[in-house]
Parts: sequence; C-alpha cells; structure tokens
Amino acid sequence: MSMPFYVSPEQVMKDRADYARKGIARGRSLVALECAAGIVIVAENPSRTLFKISEIYDRIAFAGVGKYNEFEMLKIAGVRHADLKGFNYSREDVTARSLANAYAQTLGQVFTHEMKPYEVEILVAQVGDQPEDDELFHILYDGTVMDEERFTVLGGQAESIAGVLEGRYEAGLDLTGALRLGVSVLSGPDGASLTASQLEVAMLERAPGGRAFRRIKNIELEQLLST
Amino acid sequence: MNDASLPMFGPNIDPGPSFVDLLRRVAPHDLPGAGGGSSSSSDAAAITHGTTVLAIRYDAGVVMAGDRRATSGMTIASRRMEKVFPADDHSGVAIAGAAGPSMDMVRLFQVQLEHYEKIEGDRLSLEGKANQLAQLVKANLPAAMQGFVVVPLFAGYDERRDRGRVFSYDAAGGKYEETDFQAHGSGGVHARNWIKATWREGLTADDAANLALRALFAAADEDAATGGPDLVRRIFPTVAVIESDGYRALPDDEIERRADAVVGGREEGAGL
Repeated sequence: MSMPFYVSPEQVMKDRADYARKGIARGRSLVALECAAGIVIVAENPSRTLFKISEIYDRIAFAGVGKYNEFEMLKIAGVRHADLKGFNYSREDVTARSLANAYAQTLGQVFTHEMKPYEVEILVAQVGDQPEDDELFHILYDGTVMDEERFTVLGGQAESIAGVLEGRYEAGLDLTGALRLGVSVLSGPDGASLTASQLEVAMLERAPGGRAFRRIKNIELEQLLST
Repeated sequence: MNDASLPMFGPNIDPGPSFVDLLRRVAPHDLPGAGGGSSSSSDAAAITHGTTVLAIRYDAGVVMAGDRRATSGMTIASRRMEKVFPADDHSGVAIAGAAGPSMDMVRLFQVQLEHYEKIEGDRLSLEGKANQLAQLVKANLPAAMQGFVVVPLFAGYDERRDRGRVFSYDAAGGKYEETDFQAHGSGGVHARNWIKATWREGLTADDAANLALRALFAAADEDAATGGPDLVRRIFPTVAVIESDGYRALPDDEIERRADAVVGGREEGAGL
C-alpha cells in the first residue's frame, strides 16, 4: 500500500482557492448598483435564455458569475429556501441576510470538504423602501460574505472595475444613469461600449408590495441605452 | 427543514419545479391534508363553510365573484370572508367548501405557480395551471371523504389563445372546462340559473361584473348560507376582473355603486 504524500493544509486551501479563482476569472463580470428607482444589475451575457440574474423572492434577486451549472444550482436552492420559508412563516420573514448566510454555509462546506470547490461568486440583493435599506451581499467561492454598500462587482475583473466605479458612482442616480454607468464600467476603458444584445439587465424596483424583480430587455433596454 | 441549510438534492431525488414535491420531500407534515384523523358527521357540521362563488367568461376575459359569508352549521361564522384570490398575474381561484382546507389549498397553489415560474424561468400555460389545481384537489380526497370538501373554480386569461377560460372541479379532482360560466357552493344553483337566463355572447367587462353581482344577489335571496350586499356594515361581494393586462380586484366603492345600480329598484318587478 502506498502512502499518500503529505500536503500542508495551507497548501490545500491555497490550491483550491487558486483553482476557484481561475475558473471565475474566465467568465465575465457583473455589477449591481443602488439607485433611486431600486437596484440595477447589469451583466455581460450574450445568451437570451441562460440567465445570470434571477428572481428569488418578492424583494430579493440573485446573480452569479463563474460556472453556469453551479450558480444555476445555487439559484434553484435559493428559490426553494425562500419559498419554503415564506410558506412556513410569512412572506415578510424571507430576508436576504438569512439566505446569504445559508449560501455562505453551503459554499464554505463545499470548499473545505468536497473534491472541488464551486467556481462561482454570487450576489444576493434586497431592495428596501429607501436606498439606505438596500442590501447587497457578495459571497465568494469559499463562503466569505461581504455586506456591500452602494454598488458591488462580481467576477474576474472585479477589483479594477470597482476602482473605476468608486470614482464615478454618485448617490441618487436615476435608472438610466445607473444603467449607463454599469454598462460603461463593464465595457472597460478601451474599445466600444457593450450593446443591448450583449447585455443581461434586471432590476429590483423600489415600489411597495409584491414582486419587485423585473427584467429590462429588448426594446426597453435599447431605448434606455440610446437616448 | 433546518433554516440555515440550503435544500439541495441529488439528480435522482430532485423535486424539479414543483413546490408540492419539494414540500413532500423536506416537510411532508406541512402538506395540507396530511395528518387527517377521523371525523364524525356531527364534527362535519361544525366546520366553517364558504358558500357561493362564480366565474363568467365574456369577450375580453373573465369575471370571478363570491359572496362574503361563511357558515358553521346554522351559525354565521364570518361576514367578511374572502373567497376569490389571485392565483398569479393572469388567473384567479375561487373557493367553496370547507374554509380551512380551502385557504390552505389556495396558498399552496399560489406558491406552486410562482415557484414553477422562478425555477423554470417561464410561466405555466393556463391549462397547466388548471391541471396543477386538479392535483391539489385530488390530494384532498381523503379529507373530502371526512367532510372537508373543497371545490374550487379556476379562471384566467389564456395568453396563448387570447381569451378567458373557466375551469371547475369536483371533490375527487375531476377538472371540467366550462364553455362560458360556472357557479359553485350552496347558492351556486340559483346563481347559475340566473346567469344561464341572462348570459349572451358579446358581454363587456361591465356587463359581466354586473351580471355576477346580480347572480350573487339571486343566490343570497334563495339560499340562507349566501350573504347578500350588507348595506348596514357596508360589506359587499368580492369581484375580480381578469383580462390581457392581468388580474384586478374591483375596489369596494365601485362594487357598492354597481350593487346599488344592479339590485336597487329591481325588487318589485323581478318578483324578488
């Protein structure tokens, strides 16, 4: 019987983190911005049917970057978590914070115990009555949760894009302003701006009651980007 | 289920887009109708019952309506019970029968439709929704045998066929599509007769809403368990209109105005 080589835990964790980061860096970035009208989420995504942004519950949205099948699985688990909770308690009791914690647990568990970590970064966003009440939870492949304010960026180029946003973001933007800012930072400094057909855009509307999630697509998106 | 953990499943036991199957997997005791128990006929009389509901198709959609009375044997259990609910944006469900199980069923049905939409990224067809409700009614059969009968009406705007459609159910989960209208509950037969005598092709939303109120009034007139417009407490029937732009419950003051116009002054001539 052969003895396995000794590998230090630090090395194991580092290898896993590198592996996950490499997978995530291959994909394209995604930004979420708080604005007067709600929370706008913009992703570069040429597909019309395989979504990165989804509805979870009344005021909660999900977005993921990285490996599609993995974040889609997490999205479905999130919808199930939220619907079960809303059915057992009440619709008001479903919160982004509890969902973010559940995601963090699962991702952390998989990162340390499974063969391979998830190659994803996810966002759980919840719109409030006022912009101050908005919540953006950015969760990493190893279960790290970051409670972000104003905006958040997911994906391989997150740091550089966040740096640009830091200088250009202002509070109280309207929908068009926030959307264009998101598209502009995703497009990068050089080259042409992303067009409607390369984008997936959705928002959580700051309106009382009911389901706040809405996709902005086709003609509406073209108009918002062009005028 | 543990609140802190995410419900994740292997491919063999994944419940798919069905919330009912998910509930069956993680918390079967929370499913309506689970548990059951024995019941004698004297218990059945003490169950709270919702009474008359109806749905009428017209040119551009459907109208659903229900009275507000709930009875428990010979006693009025509630004067303000709601029996017509939105199932989703473009459909509604109205309940007659045992009040508790009916409410449970509506709540589960609403979550089932929304859950499917979020998981699949697409809505069920109207027929698909009607079949889902049939399964819920069927699952209630053991309870129905003990006296907890639930017979819903389901109606909605079929966006793929551009017209309103009405479905009714029996206690065993049989689903029947109605061509134009249906009424259920203790006063259902009177309401249905009134609609049958008056309904014609080419009704407008206005006509249909008025017809619904008139038919409920006829039911309240003949059936002790159906409540009419309560002018003292200002409680009026529930009326909802479903068209291509979605489900809309009429506000109370509009229903009051209509009830007044439709029923007021007709008592003598109509022999009521």
